[in-house]
This record gives sequence, structure tokens and C-alpha cells, in this order.
Amino acid sequence: MSKLLSILESLDRRWIFLAMAISVAGPILYIGITGKTLPETPTPAARAVYKEIEALPPGTPVLLSFDFDPASGGELIPMATSLVHQCAARRLRMVFIALWPLGPQLIDETIKRVILADYPDLKEGVDYVNVGFQSGNEAVMKVMLTDFAKAFPITKNGIAVGDVVALQGIQRVLDFPLLITISAGYPGAKEWIQYVVSSSGGKIKMVTGCTGVQTSALYPYYPNQLSGLLGAIKGAAEYESLVNSSLAPNDTSAAIPAKYLEAQRRMGPQLGAHLLMIALIILGNIAYFAQRKSKVRATS
Amino acid sequence: MKRLVPMWIAIIAGFVMLLSAFFPITESLGETVGDVFNVVAAIAFILGAGSLAKVNLAKISRRDQGWGYAAITLICFAITLVVGLGKIGVPPNTQFPLLAWSGEKNADGSIFGWIYEFALVPITSTMFALLAFYVASAAFRAFRAKNLEAILLLSTAFIILLGRTFAGVVLTGWLPDWASGLRLENLSVYIMQVFNTAGNRAIIIGIALGVTATSLRILLGVDRSWMGSGD
Repeated sequence: MSKLLSILESLDRRWIFLAMAISVAGPILYIGITGKTLPETPTPAARAVYKEIEALPPGTPVLLSFDFDPASGGELIPMATSLVHQCAARRLRMVFIALWPLGPQLIDETIKRVILADYPDLKEGVDYVNVGFQSGNEAVMKVMLTDFAKAFPITKNGIAVGDVVALQGIQRVLDFPLLITISAGYPGAKEWIQYVVSSSGGKIKMVTGCTGVQTSALYPYYPNQLSGLLGAIKGAAEYESLVNSSLAPNDTSAAIPAKYLEAQRRMGPQLGAHLLMIALIILGNIAYFAQRKSKVRATS
Repeated sequence: MKRLVPMWIAIIAGFVMLLSAFFPITESLGETVGDVFNVVAAIAFILGAGSLAKVNLAKISRRDQGWGYAAITLICFAITLVVGLGKIGVPPNTQFPLLAWSGEKNADGSIFGWIYEFALVPITSTMFALLAFYVASAAFRAFRAKNLEAILLLSTAFIILLGRTFAGVVLTGWLPDWASGLRLENLSVYIMQVFNTAGNRAIIIGIALGVTATSLRILLGVDRSWMGSGD
């Protein structure tokens, strides 16, 4: 026993790194080989996101703001995929913008992955448009409150927004009934709430998908200013299961393309990592208390 | 003069934005200030590039510790800038096939797109993923149940860690419906929505009061620290 405790006390952190690598890689390999995912029970916050989008009639314009970069892609790209998947299936008019410089590339990738691959009937500029990036953070939001074209004069392809069919009838951001943000930090969901939703007097609803770090800071706004919230990969997995079950209710998960199961697949490694963390905390405390006890004995 | 002009710009812009929020007649003035801000924000990218070059060149010339990394930063910056602005390898837009620069900078086949896909995305994802390893190591060494507060923190962490995974369902899914509130997945939602929300709202209100006080000090010219300490 004392030998085990001394090992724990002087454990090289590289063993912990190795254990973490195994606990994450194991589920990745298992899910990759078998294709099985863990079942999800959606929470009310995830259900609310789904319901808000589902409540919109086809042709309704929605604003999708990609406020993240590839660093947070592990958590947010599966969310972006599912959100665009549901919007495309509902035949909503999707207007993509980005307040982060690398957002437009992520928008293009999502369009390629979902719309071009599975909804080829949707036309660029008519059913969806990538307006691109604009610098200025909250100032862009403030300008969008009064004049959308002033904040985003041209699309990513260089076409004047006034000539884009997908943007017809849009004078200002409040003309969108729903704002969907995928947020990794500043500027992001919090700024959208503070500068747009709060000053809209209820004219615009907002749902967001955010990183785990942001989730706790956004809960105070749910469900009033924020109609729905997807927190981290768990929220993404819950929402993904909802979208999949509604779009392909009779299909088994094996029939669903892997890109639409990405969040649920990532819950496996998350489970492994969380269990390891708990085990490490317990072991660390055992070592700590044993050491304290032996110190007390030595002094007495 | 170097401090007076920026101070007055900040005061005027601040008051215009403040007034435009309360009086619709001054809304257009607020928009103008917003436009100016957007232009300044765009120019800040150039300033940022200049600052990056200045700091790293100084490091290299002084042969500071890690100057090699500074050199790599500058080389990567220069390559990305040249291939992005020059649209190297970008095929022309199909609508304008005769215009060599009409394609998108990150189109398939472009070097800029290649850098983004095969350098930036893996590097940033790797940096983010490394967090898991350091958090695990820190949890083993620092998360100790030393006192009541630490025990509460540990218990909450266990509930959230288990409740956010399928382990929560396996461990407490057997609980009957009348006790469903005690299921780990529901407990974790309860903690986030009640305890976390209460604490966060208190912090948000505190920050808002602090921001208001600081903003007033800047608007009235009392606080000038935002201009830096240089003359």
C-alpha cells in the first residue's frame, strides 16, 4: 500500500498524459470501427433551439453568424453542420456572416459539407448567401441595427447586397425573425444579446451554440434574451440527435452519414476523458490524505 | 497635444453614442460614429501587422531568448500575406475567366487555402486539444478536498463531469420518475441553471456597474490610463 502511495506522490505527469491519450483514443477507435454512438437525451435548452428553427415557415430569412475559428472547431463545427442541416431541410433563407476573420472559410466549408452535398437544389444567392467577414465587432452589430447594407455592403463573392435575392426585404438586422450564432468568445453570443437582442424589444429571437467555456456565462440569458442554447459538444450531440431523428425518423444511425453524427461520436472520447479526470482527482486525494496522515504520525 | 486630441475624440464619440441610445434624433450621428469605428477597426489590422513586425524584428536583432520563434512567426506572416494578397495559385472566377485575380483567395488549389487547411486548422486544433492533457495533470495535483469549500467544488465537478456524459445515465438512469431530479444529467442542468446562473448574474451586474463607472471616468476625462503611459 505504502509503495502504491509513494508511486502516486511522485507520479510523472507524462503517465497522466499517456492515460489521457489512451482514454480519448480508445473510444475514437471503437466508434470509428463499429460506427456506434452513445444515445442522447436532449435537454430543454437544446430542444428550444430545435423548436425555434422548426417554427419558422419555409422561405423565412435567418441570420447565421459564424463567430469562431478552427481552434474551437472540435466543439462548434458539428453544431454548425446540424444547424445548417435543419435550416436547409426547412428551406429557410440562410444569410451567413462572420465577425471573426476566419469565419468565412468555416462558412464555405459548412456550405460545401451540407448544402452543396445534400441540398443541391438550393441556389446560392437565392436560398443562401455568404456575406463574409466584417471587422469592428460590436460596432458592426450597432450599424446592422439600422442598416444591414452599410455593415455588409458586398457579399464574399463581391456582389452588392442590394442585388442578392436572398437578402430581399432585409433593411436591418431586426428584419430577421431569428438570429443563430455559433460563438467561441469575443465578439460572440454575449455581444449579440447586449447590442442586438436587448435593444430589439423582442423583434428578433436568438439561439446560440457555444463552447463549453462560454456556456456558464450564457446560461443567465436563457430563456429570456436567449431562446435556445447549445453548450459545448454535449449540447451539439443533443441537438444533432434531435435533427437526425426528425429528418430521418425511420433510419438507423448506421444509415445516417458520419458528418451528421460527428457530435455524438465525440461524446465517446468525452466520456473517456471525464472518467479519467474523476479517477485522477480521487487518486490525487488518496495520495494527499495518506501523506497528511503520515506527517501527523511522524510529528506525534 | 498627443494626449489631448485622442481624449477629446473619445469624449465626443462616447457622448454621441450615449445620446443616440436615448434620443432618436441623434441616431444618425451615432451611426456615423459607428462607421468611423469600423474604418478605424479595419485600419487597426495594418497597425497590428506593423506592431507584430516591430516586436519580432526587435527580438531577432537583440538575439533574445527564443528569437528563432520570432523569425518563424515573421516568415510565416510574410508568406501568408504575399500568397493571400497576390492570390497565388487561385484559379480565375468562372464568371470572369480572363481576369487572373478574380477568383477567391481560398479557392481550391490556392496556396492560401492550402495554408489554411493543412497548417492553420491542425495547429490551432492541436493547441486547443492540448488543454485536456494539462487539465488532467492539474486536476491530479491541485484538486484537493482540503476544506468544506473545496469539497463542495469537488462534488459539483463530479456531478457536472458525469452528468455531461453517458456515465450519468448509466449510474442514475434507474431512479424512478418521482426522483428524476436526482439523476445526474438533470442535476447538472439544475446546477447550471440555478447556482451558476445566480452567481453569474451577480458577476454580470457587478461588471456592468464597474463598466459604467469606468466609462463615465473616461467620458469626463478623469481616467486617461487607456492612452498608455508614453508621452
